[in-house]
Amino acid sequence: MEKMITAYTYFGDGKVVVNKQLIFYQEKIATFAEFIKALYKQEQISYPKFYKMDSLSKLGFMCSELLLRHEKPGRFKPGSLAVVLANSSSSLETDLIYQDSIRNRSAYFPSPSVFVYTLANIVIGEICIRHSLKGENAFLVSEKFNPRQLLDHVSDLLDNNRAGACLCGWVEILGNSFRAMVALVEKENEQAPKTNFGSMPFNEASLNELMNLTEKSIWKN
Amino acid sequence: MEELINKLKKEVITQLNLEDISVEDINPDSPLFGEGLGLDSIDALELIVLLEKNYGIKIEDPKDGKKIFFSIRTMAEYITEHQKKA
Repeated sequence: MEKMITAYTYFGDGKVVVNKQLIFYQEKIATFAEFIKALYKQEQISYPKFYKMDSLSKLGFMCSELLLRHEKPGRFKPGSLAVVLANSSSSLETDLIYQDSIRNRSAYFPSPSVFVYTLANIVIGEICIRHSLKGENAFLVSEKFNPRQLLDHVSDLLDNNRAGACLCGWVEILGNSFRAMVALVEKENEQAPKTNFGSMPFNEASLNELMNLTEKSIWKN
Repeated sequence: MEELINKLKKEVITQLNLEDISVEDINPDSPLFGEGLGLDSIDALELIVLLEKNYGIKIEDPKDGKKIFFSIRTMAEYITEHQKKA
């Protein structure tokens, strides 16, 4: 059965795009923290734990939130929605913050709340807690965006019925430089609600296209 | 005591990233965990670090934590008592 991308979010160059719509734009980004907080406020999301997350988790959380918050409860059977994310810096952003807190022996106060984020797959945990997901999950680290790796991994889950659908994509952040693209992949399904975006086949070309969105290619029809 | 309570409220908000909560929102007698501010186990560890970093107080017996961190007021009382001893 053919697999389709039925929804996506994209974060890059100060822009946030959801299903072909530009929903947020900051021309000059002072810091990632300010950028993501402004988006969180604009979207009127209420989830106090958001503020406690590290940058990678905030980025992944917002990607999934913008994709899943309008889904009808129960559309995905318990355990059927998988999450497969990837990036190149793993949790280095937070690792460096933690390292800084233990660098000075005379002021040695390692922060437990920073330490818990020194693993890249914690972002998946945050997404799963938020949306009560209990499906398969994996966090992959590769030097560059690798659509073939995502394609193989997600296809294996869906083709072998280990998942009915999958959130998959790239969530990369280091310092104030960030880029993310998360897609909802489903087996071709007439029951899936139609978005203004429609759908596109789940293949390398589509993943590359969504990772390199430009005004011409996406958010203007 | 009231001065210390207000200082503690500010420190807890900063240390625990309670961005949507103001000093006025915190009742010094409300439980910090479960209900009230709804803090979790990682927050408890952060409060232990806060006491050590800002007040030089190290909690020797983890069992005392439940009493010390019951509310902002119990924290303030513990700090006052401990600083008198020092």
